[in-house]
Amino acid sequence: MSEETAAAPETGEPAVRARGLRRDFADVPVLRDVSFALPRGSTLVVLGPNGAGKSTLLRIVATLLRASGGELEVLGARVPRDAWRARGRIGYLAHSPLLYRDLTVAEALDFHARLHGIADPAARRGELLGAVGMEGREGQLVRTLSAGQLQRLAVCRCLLHDPELLLLDEPAAHLDPHAMAVVAPLLGPAPGRTRIVVTHDVEGGLAEADRVLVLRADGRPAYEGPASGITADEARAVYAGGAA
Amino acid sequence: MSAFWAILAKDLRVELRTLQSLPAMVLFAVTTFVIFRFGLDRTTLEGSLAAGVLLVTVLFAALLAINRLFVPERDEGGFDAIRLAPVDASALFWAKVVALVVYLLALEAVALPVFAVFFLEEWSGLVPLAGVLLLADVGLGATGAVVSTIGANSRARDLLTPLVLLPLLVPLTIAAAGAAEPLLAAGGPQYGGVGKWAAALALYDLTFLLVGYAVYDFLVED
Repeated sequence: MSEETAAAPETGEPAVRARGLRRDFADVPVLRDVSFALPRGSTLVVLGPNGAGKSTLLRIVATLLRASGGELEVLGARVPRDAWRARGRIGYLAHSPLLYRDLTVAEALDFHARLHGIADPAARRGELLGAVGMEGREGQLVRTLSAGQLQRLAVCRCLLHDPELLLLDEPAAHLDPHAMAVVAPLLGPAPGRTRIVVTHDVEGGLAEADRVLVLRADGRPAYEGPASGITADEARAVYAGGAA
Repeated sequence: MSAFWAILAKDLRVELRTLQSLPAMVLFAVTTFVIFRFGLDRTTLEGSLAAGVLLVTVLFAALLAINRLFVPERDEGGFDAIRLAPVDASALFWAKVVALVVYLLALEAVALPVFAVFFLEEWSGLVPLAGVLLLADVGLGATGAVVSTIGANSRARDLLTPLVLLPLLVPLTIAAAGAAEPLLAAGGPQYGGVGKWAAALALYDLTFLLVGYAVYDFLVED
């Protein structure tokens, strides 16, 4: 397998294009020289050991964190300069659910629906809660939900505005197999939907990926290219400190 | 406007549900009046001393709410959620200013009568005094929202917010005390000079509302 860099877009303008992205925290580099181009409608799976900068990369693409260096375009917008053009078109499922704990399930989703200007929040809320198997919990306070229920609610929040770009940071976290089976179709590939998925499930990730980015523990890319260009064993070798 | 109303409604709903700020503010104010009453060994106050006791109490009670103003945004991902939405970040600023003013009005609805019972012989100055307090509340809201945003993104939030906020509130305190002093004069309210100080308060409010609006995008961005 050969290492690839900065893949050119396959067709049309890519949904996300990164060139030499770098992020430092207090002069400690956590992400270095990351380049990729992700065609619209495709899935990039990001693999790598803890501390490799996967979540940092996702926050940068979500326009929530500035890169310390490099260039980034998200949905045609230069980030951070034109980040406002991409916002509202991104669905971000993070480690934190981004939900107020002292609101009820319905109030929490309606709050986000109003931020995103959704015309009929109640209908959209009902549709999504039904899809994740949480109908009937509208009046329950968010802080009383279990971790798995909270993750399902976060999935609803993430999909509320039908985003073009999904950024999923370990979407299976806290979900039991049944809940994962319920949620997977909602977060899976769909026409016109571009996805970046951070996961530690190497086999599962490679199976759903069009492109793969493997980050080393020092934040440098070990591999960036088509999913067919790397095996699960090669990806796993990076977790152990080897080269892809 | 939809984002503004959504954030404001969320804040007021959460406060009504959890009562995390208002009861503490009221209790603090009433306790402070009791301490002043015994500490000064006075059953009546008037003029500058009355204005000082009232305004300093309200100001320090406001700090309790200002310190907590952005805790949910920081701890529960509210900043990220709002930045991910296609809304102007200043909606957050305006909503927080109004929420803080509402908290202060609720505080004063209790604290002002208690203050009057404890210290005033003449109550006819309370109505114009409420107008002065409203002007002070707007300034406290604007300055508090800006400084609290800065503090929320700092590890030293509990220390940083009062240290930065209190010096900024000195002009507001001077103007509010200047306007309140004649309204609390012995023998009944006098109105000489009230307009001048009220205008200074309004100018302070306008300045910090405009500054907050102008810089808010930069404050909430990484």
